[in-house]
Amino acid sequence: MDFISILSIFVMACFVGYYVVWSVTPALHTPLMAVTNAISSVIVVGALVASAAEGSAVSKWLGLGAVVLASVNIFGGFAVTERMLAMYKKKEKK
Amino acid sequence: MEHVTAVPSWAMLAYLVSGVLFILALRGLSSPATSRAGNRYGMIGMTIAMVTTLVTHGIASLPEIAGAIAIGGGVGFVTARKIKMTDMPQLVAAFHSLVGLAAVLVGLAAYLNPQAFGIAGADGIIEPQSRIEMGLGIAIGAITFSGSIIAFLKLAGKMSGSPILLPGRHVLNLGTLIAILGLVAYFTQDQSQWVIATITVLSFIIGFLLIIPIGGADMPVVVSMLNSYSGWAAAAMGFTLHNTAMIITGALVGSSGAILSYIMCKAMNRGFLSVIAGGFGAEAAAGGGAAKEQRPWKRGSAEDAAYMMKEAENVIIIPGYGMAVSQAQHALREMGDVLKKEGVNVKYAIHPVAGRMPGHMNVLLAEANVPYDEVFELEDINSEFAQADVAFIIGANDVVNPAAKTDKSSPIYGMPVFDVDKAKTIFFVKRSMGGVGYAGVDNDVFYMDQTMMLLADAKKMVEDIVKALAH
Repeated sequence: MDFISILSIFVMACFVGYYVVWSVTPALHTPLMAVTNAISSVIVVGALVASAAEGSAVSKWLGLGAVVLASVNIFGGFAVTERMLAMYKKKEKK
Repeated sequence: MEHVTAVPSWAMLAYLVSGVLFILALRGLSSPATSRAGNRYGMIGMTIAMVTTLVTHGIASLPEIAGAIAIGGGVGFVTARKIKMTDMPQLVAAFHSLVGLAAVLVGLAAYLNPQAFGIAGADGIIEPQSRIEMGLGIAIGAITFSGSIIAFLKLAGKMSGSPILLPGRHVLNLGTLIAILGLVAYFTQDQSQWVIATITVLSFIIGFLLIIPIGGADMPVVVSMLNSYSGWAAAAMGFTLHNTAMIITGALVGSSGAILSYIMCKAMNRGFLSVIAGGFGAEAAAGGGAAKEQRPWKRGSAEDAAYMMKEAENVIIIPGYGMAVSQAQHALREMGDVLKKEGVNVKYAIHPVAGRMPGHMNVLLAEANVPYDEVFELEDINSEFAQADVAFIIGANDVVNPAAKTDKSSPIYGMPVFDVDKAKTIFFVKRSMGGVGYAGVDNDVFYMDQTMMLLADAKKMVEDIVKALAH
């Protein structure tokens, strides 16, 4: 992919992010932060590339280190979001 | 020329799908009813991205990778299960620091083995454009890491929440930032190790320097800002890797953090730059002590509060950070339940900056089983104080201070606040008369005719009120 197509995706995604985040209800801002934390760990993709590649042992170990850190975030982030969201309940109908 | 790891088109499609699923994950948060489905979309998206990467790249070291995921995943999962809801702000700060460090490690790994990332020829010369992306990604990642560590220490109370002001810090910070940008530019000409090493070290340092002058009350903004940074770091790495999932996610997280910072600043009537410059609360706290005059105030008891609220028609409860500190949310819900049984109309009012992170109070009330349709935001409930018989303030202070409306010299002037002074009776739960809010300003509400101060630990006081209500 050339730079311009990547940049276009990025700019469009910024706009999508802007409108989607404004529609998030303030009551859920803490879960929002937890879940954005989890998804920003998609950086694990880069970590996996580095760990899987041959050629540089240092690079591989740096990659594996990043896989550990990102996994803490992915599992921790989604799990804690799930836990918080499960607590939001509506008033019971009488 | 086998170095170009051409990504098959099905894989590009898979990354796009996972990017879209992440958008749906955030979209789900527009209402508590759809939020859990959204979270599942996020999990599916992450699984697709990880599996696609593993399948399209050599899996020579699968056992190590599986081990790394198991270790990290285990730690993350157990932490997420055990963490107390009141400790959520520091957990989020800690998580941000991990994203930042992971970005730095990935950036350095890409620098050491550029062929694996398809950004260099067989001669090992990295493309100049990739060098900029890599340099920026490492810099933003390192700032996110060290900044989040400081935010974590301040939020967890392991470090004083008061601002630490170094002499000449603005010049120092600006100089360091310019040096980092200059080095990133120079990196395109010279890919020696010292350049990337200096960028990394300087960025770690600037992260510390940027956050230490910012006081505890501004932490909601800082946490949101670091959230945004972790997104931009992921986006920069996405540019290096030409990966759509990373770019979309980075942009989403980056804008999300930026919007939250904006909302928090607006709720405090502060400019973003003034928050970032730091030092808020230091001057006011230093000057306020001597000038404070003695004014008469009334002390109430748990019995007074129980009696008045039982007789009331409308009660509005305003929780703040003090409620979180004393873990009073469960007792508070119990009080609400008893009052509701007595036929009282109970509502909760939450200020955008109550607590230490956006939405902190909502999560705590949800944890205590308060239905979310009894919880209202500032602009939705502020007009109702005129009809309220009782405003029950627990652990909040600055967000009910009328000086924000009237006193132009006040540091919190212009901040939107609750109109509690319109309520017929005010109960103000506070540990002692001595303490002031984070902004370090006195509060006229303490001394108003209809105000009764309930001086005690918040949890203890609410429990006493519940007992008194039973009589």
